[in-house]
Amino acid sequence: MQPPPPKPSSRFAAIPRIPPGILLAVITLVLALFPVVAYYIDTPFYVTLLTRIMIFAIIAISLGFILGFAGLVCFGQAAFAGIGAYVVLIMSDHVRNGVPLLTWPFTIPSSASAFITWPAAMLVSALAALVIGLIALRTRGVYFIMLTLAFAQMIYFFFVNLDAYGGEDGMRLHDRSSTAGLLNLDNHVVFYYVTFVILALVYIFLRRLVDSRFGLVLRGNRQNERRMAALGFSCFKYRLTAFVISGAIAGLAGALMINHGKFISPAFMHWVRSSDIIAMVVLGGTGNLMGPVLGAAAILGLEDVLSSYTEHWQIVYGPLLLICVLFARRGLYGILTGRGGDND
Amino acid sequence: MTDLLRVDNLSKRFGGLLASNALNLQVTQGETHALIGPNGAGKSTLMNQLSGEIAPSEGNIFFKGQNITSLPVYERTALGIARSYQLTTIFNGFSALENVMLAVQAHQGHSFHFWSSARKEQRLREPAAELLARVGLQERANVVAGGLAHGEQRQLELAMALASEPELLLLDEPLAGMGVEDSLQIIQLLEALKKDHTILLIEHDMNAIFSLADRVSVLVYGTVIATGSVDEIRANAEVQKAYLGTKQEGQRFQHA
Repeated sequence: MQPPPPKPSSRFAAIPRIPPGILLAVITLVLALFPVVAYYIDTPFYVTLLTRIMIFAIIAISLGFILGFAGLVCFGQAAFAGIGAYVVLIMSDHVRNGVPLLTWPFTIPSSASAFITWPAAMLVSALAALVIGLIALRTRGVYFIMLTLAFAQMIYFFFVNLDAYGGEDGMRLHDRSSTAGLLNLDNHVVFYYVTFVILALVYIFLRRLVDSRFGLVLRGNRQNERRMAALGFSCFKYRLTAFVISGAIAGLAGALMINHGKFISPAFMHWVRSSDIIAMVVLGGTGNLMGPVLGAAAILGLEDVLSSYTEHWQIVYGPLLLICVLFARRGLYGILTGRGGDND
Repeated sequence: MTDLLRVDNLSKRFGGLLASNALNLQVTQGETHALIGPNGAGKSTLMNQLSGEIAPSEGNIFFKGQNITSLPVYERTALGIARSYQLTTIFNGFSALENVMLAVQAHQGHSFHFWSSARKEQRLREPAAELLARVGLQERANVVAGGLAHGEQRQLELAMALASEPELLLLDEPLAGMGVEDSLQIIQLLEALKKDHTILLIEHDMNAIFSLADRVSVLVYGTVIATGSVDEIRANAEVQKAYLGTKQEGQRFQHA
């Protein structure tokens, strides 16, 4: 009985490898210092672009977590983020009109404070994920994908028909969330750092999570569901919890997004946008948490560069994605570090 | 002695095929009970019904006097039934130690811990390391399970089954696909395990059965046609006719 031969080395073997720890340090350093550099070389536009990239990185990481570690390919991540965005929008809008959010059966006052609206965005997105998960997680594989897609479309059409808040045309957020005078979110650099800190906290939280007992159960379930049951695990509740956590994080990203762009329309919640998020995760590399961040940066960066040359930038982007999927299955993270998932 | 496991009139239909046909079986507390029978006799189907992966069409299964016929797999595990599979079923991406740690965690039942690293947790590592030592894999603790030799993977599977401190071990061909040396090692291990556990095993290796089993049941066409001690089964004319066949076929079987 011989152990199987070691896997053949990657076709990118000639590229020097960066240890994951150093890659993480470099990313952190670049993100932390970027506004300073941008200030000196006078390119403030890129602060805004990088804020956008980090917001999408949060959505991508929330998907990368359930996709890579629990094997759940969800086509509703953009919808969860959209819900978060609408929650902040609607609550803030009611403040401007002076109307409470709800008067019956109990009164919920409206608020424009980030300390209230952002957690509310997470809560509502988590609830949406809970309801969807309760149904969709009873299925596997393609059926799960189809169900998340169906729910995402339902959410999309719900907001298309929500005429009080813009309907299909979407709606503008008048002012960014208030922070009781602590931070001036209207300042691009301040908002950049708020986003950066949230991205870092999300990363640290999920990094701990996938190595915890809970994470071990999720990863075991992805590898061998039959054995998990034989060991005595009832995996549904763990998958559901992971799904809800993922939804809450996407909702938080949505709260950032509406503050960043000051506009949301149902178009953002279309399932095609969710497939963009999946592309970010796959391009960046599944089975680790840095991949989605790299993927979000690559795709949004590419979009920015290419669209300055041509309106039809997707002509270049499509084949590039194809090449990446065909020749670098482990994604950018795999190319850079020479590793696959941190630990399947 | 009391029956730990009792199977009453169990039937399982797959379309027109009766994989289990009014099957009756008793496994006594503390015994090692071997299940033999020709290919297609319904041995693995029976195992899957006992562990809960397949629902029977008719009949009942009792474990410690409790009717477990409609319980899901994980609840049966909690009651004290553990199993190994005919085709090795482990977590290929985890190290051997992590495989067993996950099994230990399943038994401890605290899986909603989100923050502290499971890999560093002594409450998981120590029992897992002990179990690995028990099956003789202590040297291979940090090897990725997918890279272990076939025999070692079977040992690992046993260690994982033992983590739940089961009363009943269901072993589906623990010696399948093994060379002579590996087989001997597993037989030794099973001999040690049978002192503490009730074992129901399917096996084709007659030598292993004759050295391990207290009692043998013969399964043919989904029905137990005979149960008895090894010697009784060997002497049973009906078994010889239905299963061991003519002398010539019997010899061929010995080599199988």
